[in-house]
Amino acid sequence: MPRVWKFGDAINTDDILPGKYAPFMVGEDRFHTYAFAHLRPDFAPNYQPGDILVCGKNTGLGSSREYAPEALRKLGLKAIIAKSYARIFYRNLVNLGIMPFEAPEVVDALQDGDEVELDLERGILRRGAETFLLKPPPAFLLEALKEGSILEYYRKYGRFPGERTGG
Amino acid sequence: MGLTLAEKILSRRAGREVRAGELVVVEVDQVMVVDSIAGSFFKRLKQLEATPRFPEKVTIVIDHVAPAANVEVAKAQKEIREWGQQIGCRVFDVGRGICHQVLIEEGLALPGGIVLGSDSHSTTYGAVACFGTGMGATDIALAAASGRTWLRVPETVKVTFRGQLAPSATAKDAALEMVRLLTADGATYMSIEIHLVDGAESLTLSQRLTLANLTVEAGAKCGLVVPSGEILQMYDLPDWLSPDPDAVYAREVEIDLSNLTPRVAVPFYVDNVEEVEKVRGKKVDQVFVGTCTNGRLDDLHQVAEILKGRKVAPGVRLLIIPASSQVLEQATADGTLLTLLQAGATLGTPGCGPCMGRHQGVLAPGEVCVSTSNRNFRGRMGAADAEIYLASPRVAAATAVAGYITTPEALEEVAHA
Repeated sequence: MPRVWKFGDAINTDDILPGKYAPFMVGEDRFHTYAFAHLRPDFAPNYQPGDILVCGKNTGLGSSREYAPEALRKLGLKAIIAKSYARIFYRNLVNLGIMPFEAPEVVDALQDGDEVELDLERGILRRGAETFLLKPPPAFLLEALKEGSILEYYRKYGRFPGERTGG
Repeated sequence: MGLTLAEKILSRRAGREVRAGELVVVEVDQVMVVDSIAGSFFKRLKQLEATPRFPEKVTIVIDHVAPAANVEVAKAQKEIREWGQQIGCRVFDVGRGICHQVLIEEGLALPGGIVLGSDSHSTTYGAVACFGTGMGATDIALAAASGRTWLRVPETVKVTFRGQLAPSATAKDAALEMVRLLTADGATYMSIEIHLVDGAESLTLSQRLTLANLTVEAGAKCGLVVPSGEILQMYDLPDWLSPDPDAVYAREVEIDLSNLTPRVAVPFYVDNVEEVEKVRGKKVDQVFVGTCTNGRLDDLHQVAEILKGRKVAPGVRLLIIPASSQVLEQATADGTLLTLLQAGATLGTPGCGPCMGRHQGVLAPGEVCVSTSNRNFRGRMGAADAEIYLASPRVAAATAVAGYITTPEALEEVAHA
């Protein structure tokens, strides 16, 4: 069963993927194995696809490096639950098709190592008999997430979510 | 009710009046790509089966690891040169300088414009009231392919800097004080609109670049400095480019420059700002002067003024990396470099240097560095437990001479004691 990896406030993109392990430094095939290398070296070797990241406030602040969340996606991450997000990181998550849930009270309720089940589409998280409802991102971003990522959305429709057509 | 500067710029571009909270899709003037994400950028364009719609609006800068530190990087940079030639977009190669400095010097980020950069410090363009904002590789590729991007019109925090800078303070101290007051997420999703009044109008372009650069450390989408002072002479300013007097702000803060003291951001967060006094005496191994925050000519002048006739303390490495080839040329021509080198400084190729821990001055475990850069996150410049203290070029120079964190004023006192 997927587990919770819980982190604190202000997890920055240097924490998620230190700059020296960028794909253009170490290669496309290896960079994701350095996720959280400084902060939590046990993370990348033990992370199982579907495990959920639970973070505090201002998650993902710092560098615009999309390869930070991309490393997490490569490990199999599909969703983050956080108290709040930094702006660029939030866009990057949506663009990569990782669901960014914002739910402060759920973050407080969850513990590191908790075994959970997540219904991504309905935004329902289960821990044993307990059920938590997760508010989805704004509708226009969900449009993009439904197509897998914003790239697929743009390829399909030739416009941005929420963009007026014919102009 | 009036419009903020961010609302003005986005309204102009959207062709209708837009306000905070609305979604707009707007054309962009420049899409700036840095070497470290160019590989992802190319990959995304391939996924889109697209090439840049307007090649002249795409600029690639080789600066994040320049010159190349290993074969992977060398391969990536080779691909950039070949791709640039094939597509016909601008490529600034090794040694030209840091992306943000280069775009300002080349006049590619202009007042009232919109520039997207694949680097979070793209807020720097706000120094000339250009809506500059950072994005990831996917957004950047979409913008290159389409010529457009989507943006949520931001709310605005108004930050007023009042008065003449105190003699011991710099724009860096003012910027750090702003981040301390707002905190690291105090302006998330927002525009920071900077007003310079009662003497603060005299802040130069370089000083404004420092202020706008640090706005992202409060989470801001953009950091727009309302044009005044020398900016009025340097640029053609559209007449609509000012916030309305009755614009609506989410929050307003004021900072008095006349009684500002030297500041330092203590590990491991940029908003962890203290007076230098609080950490004075902390021994350092390395001092780094450079980056898009503080690698310009006036920064080097301040360092040279303090280093003149002095030597860097034994056991301390002083790395100086000019922000651009233009800065390097000017610092060579006016003798600044000689002063720095005679004091024992080491010079690096214009570019980002060791700011993100990839080359040219990576820190060993347990080492302490005073840096004029903009981030002191854990492990940012090398080993996970190395400590980075962010400070002004003045404090960096005094620290290099003393071997411990200090101010030029305290250095004088010791010399005359």
